[in-house]
Amino acid sequence: MTGHPSPSVISRYADGDLGLDEATVWTVEVHLEECADCRARLAGSAPEDVLTLLDRVSNGVDQGVTAGPAPVPERRRWSAARNRWLVWQLVPWLTMTGAVLACAVLLQAVQPSLPSLVLLLAPVAPLPGVAVAWSRGSDPAWELVASTPTAGLPLLLRRTAMVLLVVIPMLGLATDRTGVSLALALLPCLAFTTTTIALGAFIGVRLAALGLAAGWGLAVAVPAVFTADLPVVLQPGSLGVWAFIAVASAAFATTRADRFLRRR
Amino acid sequence: MRTVSAAETAPTTHPWVVHAEGLRVRAGRHLAVDGLDLALGTGVHGLLGPNGAGKTTLMRALATVVEPAGGKLTLLGESVDGRADLRRVRRGLGYLPQQFGFYPRFTVREFVEYMAWLKEMPKTLVPGAVQRAIERVGLADRAGSRMKTLSGGMLRRAGIAQAIVNDPAVLLLDEPTVGLDPEQRLDFRELLRDLGVDCCVLVSTHLVEDVVAACTDVVMMNEGRLVYQGTPDDLVTQGGEGDAGDSPAERGYSALLRRHRAEAGR
Repeated sequence: MTGHPSPSVISRYADGDLGLDEATVWTVEVHLEECADCRARLAGSAPEDVLTLLDRVSNGVDQGVTAGPAPVPERRRWSAARNRWLVWQLVPWLTMTGAVLACAVLLQAVQPSLPSLVLLLAPVAPLPGVAVAWSRGSDPAWELVASTPTAGLPLLLRRTAMVLLVVIPMLGLATDRTGVSLALALLPCLAFTTTTIALGAFIGVRLAALGLAAGWGLAVAVPAVFTADLPVVLQPGSLGVWAFIAVASAAFATTRADRFLRRR
Repeated sequence: MRTVSAAETAPTTHPWVVHAEGLRVRAGRHLAVDGLDLALGTGVHGLLGPNGAGKTTLMRALATVVEPAGGKLTLLGESVDGRADLRRVRRGLGYLPQQFGFYPRFTVREFVEYMAWLKEMPKTLVPGAVQRAIERVGLADRAGSRMKTLSGGMLRRAGIAQAIVNDPAVLLLDEPTVGLDPEQRLDFRELLRDLGVDCCVLVSTHLVEDVVAACTDVVMMNEGRLVYQGTPDDLVTQGGEGDAGDSPAERGYSALLRRHRAEAGR
């Protein structure tokens, strides 16, 4: 490109000179799209009647804009974020988890001789939510979701993160009220969640959550209530073991991502 | 205008878009698809068959929702059995299940947008693609309505909109015409012909008339096996005067089914 078209060509273009050949008109138009200076020159050399016509059109558009309906306010952002992170079917289950934890806090206040119920419940608190987030029966659109590329471990982790985001503050509140260590509630809770996912690679997340919750209840929680002693696994000394279980099972789950491509 | 990636213009190296060899798929304990051989290219394929023929199970296997129990299944040139990485194939899939669940609080637009996001469409393309899909199924005036307020036929059309939102290369529609009124069915046939130009569409239906009117190819199944594959015109010629049915195509359908059952009974 040699640069700007000559002023005479621009003024002929503005006049609508039929003597200009098509190729020249083309190059002028392409150039005008990108060059503000030449557009200004074109505006300066436009004949009077064109300018009045343009004024009338722009006035008409302005009037139409002011007289017409107001633009619809945008409220899309929140709805998009909500759709991606939350499965609404989780809400009743998370409410139930909160209610159970609140009951544990209440019982603790009434019967201080019992071992900390919050600590006993903490490991299994997120499991109902995780199971519901990934079961066929409770997700109405599971068949639609299952045929999309996002389905798989990333989507499961996203939903699990959502569950934890709700359950962890609840645990924080509950431990704060009963005066037990937050770490002793959180680490087993995380370890159970990651183990559920790791086990879920083989037997399905729902079954894994059910099995782990039942196992914990029968082997640890119920005996602890009867003996009125806090079990060894929930003493501060076992924190390292919980951390190890959480990390190891999470690492294992990521190596088995292909097992989550089809929901069981 | 948009940029076309190299992957889109690359020549395909697979002879068939959908290719099944000796495919076996379980529905629960029952082997619903048992040794099916099927090869489908671009075009609209109508899947016919009596109840319990395994049509829905086949659709689910093709949609990569259930894992085949045996045989070979290739979609878009990539194997989808066992532990294959399904993400690439799934990006090119559109699927309308028979019983299609949805989140009742979503509006039609939110629902189709959510599905577009699940199908990993580029963010900038989503709003335009969603609007186009909703317009193609004729739901533009209800785009802001919540899913729970829609009638059965409208829900079905919303389901079709989510299936075509990503311009799939393989489109699987399981009984899409259920609940559509006669006029909408005509529109739907038009849409099918339109889609079949550059896409492999498999439509399962009980309405033989729909297949004859809108499909380029007829696939017939019975008891988990392929009974017949040919053109609609060929299906019509299969029937004689003595066969059950009110139209030539229906007579062809019942003649084929009767012949297959007689052969299987021997």
